[in-house]
Amino acid sequence: MTTAAARGPLGLVLHQARYDLLGFLRNRQGRFFTLVLPLLFLVIFISIFGNNKVGPGAGVAARTYYVPGISALAVIAASFVNLVITITVLREEGILKRRRATPVPAWVLIAGRTLMAIGVSLTSMVILMLLGRFAYGVRLPSHTIPGIAVTAVVGSITFCVLAYAFSTLIANEDAAQPMVQAVMLPLYFISGVFIPAVNLPGWLGHVAQVFPVEHLSDGLHHAFTPATTGVGIVWSDIGVLAVWAAIGLVFALWRFSWLPKAATG
Amino acid sequence: MEPVVSIRGLRKRYGQVDAVAGIDLEVQRGEIFAFLGPNGAGKTTTVEILEGFRTRTAGEVSVLGVDPAHGDAEWRNRVGAVLQESNAEPGLTVRESLQLYSGYYRAPRDIDETIALVGLDEKADTLAPQLSGGQRRRLDVALALIGDPELIFLDEPTTGFDPSARRTAWHVIDGLRELGKTVFLTTHYMDEAEQLADRIAVIAGGRIVAEGTPGTLGGRNRMAATIRFTLPEGTGADDLPAELRALLAGEDGRVTLTSDTPLAHVGALADWARTRGIDLPDLDVRRPTLEDVYLELTREPA
Repeated sequence: MTTAAARGPLGLVLHQARYDLLGFLRNRQGRFFTLVLPLLFLVIFISIFGNNKVGPGAGVAARTYYVPGISALAVIAASFVNLVITITVLREEGILKRRRATPVPAWVLIAGRTLMAIGVSLTSMVILMLLGRFAYGVRLPSHTIPGIAVTAVVGSITFCVLAYAFSTLIANEDAAQPMVQAVMLPLYFISGVFIPAVNLPGWLGHVAQVFPVEHLSDGLHHAFTPATTGVGIVWSDIGVLAVWAAIGLVFALWRFSWLPKAATG
Repeated sequence: MEPVVSIRGLRKRYGQVDAVAGIDLEVQRGEIFAFLGPNGAGKTTTVEILEGFRTRTAGEVSVLGVDPAHGDAEWRNRVGAVLQESNAEPGLTVRESLQLYSGYYRAPRDIDETIALVGLDEKADTLAPQLSGGQRRRLDVALALIGDPELIFLDEPTTGFDPSARRTAWHVIDGLRELGKTVFLTTHYMDEAEQLADRIAVIAGGRIVAEGTPGTLGGRNRMAATIRFTLPEGTGADDLPAELRALLAGEDGRVTLTSDTPLAHVGALADWARTRGIDLPDLDVRRPTLEDVYLELTREPA
């Protein structure tokens, strides 16, 4: 049998991603927050606001608006929320430390987990789009699929890197879920995920634009808007996401620890 | 032959305290070496330096010819570690956990064979987090073994186990000897060291206080035996022959003698008792146990 290590780095990344995915799929809480909750949000928001018009001029129907908005939430749930909690648990239970004692390179563990998050993000988005299409008749532009895919993948990578950075601030397993939600919930509200950005006071919109959630949400909204021409990539949004990824990477490289915080104190 | 583990003048300082205060050790190939000491003696600090998890303040350390502070993937292919605190991989079965780890190594062992070696055959398809504490620890041993390492670190492998789980774990560790592995075991149980180890070093307060085989540790083979018995009413220690009175170490209802030649002295005691027509039903001759030696060695200075 050829071992994953013998197949080379890419083989090893796929090997890691496969078992990370298996672990994820067997975790009921992870499945609910990552795959089911975004669907519930989509149903709820479309049920409440579905027939309203959103945006300047004629605008778009709210049901069309919420598919990309909740898609951004799905990407963040799979890439950031789930990963922060997983890393904290793996670190505090000594599992990261045990993996560190093997020859597997650190970047392979990180790349494998990120690859899994991208896969789950895209799957979750496809489910949301199918629900939007068949339950609510939301038309999906086909010429902007590259824009949707690129934005989702860049967003997923960015939020994975930020998850590695953010996990360094969390002291124990119990604190992971509340801390993640404390950061993300306000950002969902001001970044066009739950509430269209046009309804916000101007200053709050400016605050939102500092953070990556708004740019993932904006990029996806643009790519999903029927009137968009071209492939639907908003380069300024991609750029801001990349800057956040770079900041997250530097912070993670500086602060990341394989050892439980509780034991190293 | 070059030792598998070699430590010279190892020192680790935390703030003002030397957790490890200058120790020297050597572990030879194929040996089961036990590093014995009370909690907080510096065992885990030392083993974590050897595993490459901690930096050292001073000293020379070589593990399989490599300084663990600079251990690369090649080195990690040759070393296995059972950590003191590490939980099961969430969401994976025993077999899947081993498949995941086996992928990390250049030349891993056979997975089913390794599962059998730690006696988890019947649990191979059980989710790892559902195993009992003892079974989980044996999975840890299997995970440390899957890369077919030359050297395995076991950090307190049976702490918190019930007696039967400890027996099973000991059996597994003993099996590593047959595979020709070198084992570096830390423990605070003397019976564990006595049962498993070829050689023992005792650490207390960051220093090695004794080193030897289970039979000779701390001069145990040369230590005096204790002879204890109760004299019948009306007879006192003063009535003993002078030869035995000279050995008197205590009398509080029970007489205690210490003797370097217990056979001769018990003989003399028997002769004396027979002439007097008394019996000594609770007569007891004891050699110091490893536990006595250990407690003596690790006693906190008053």
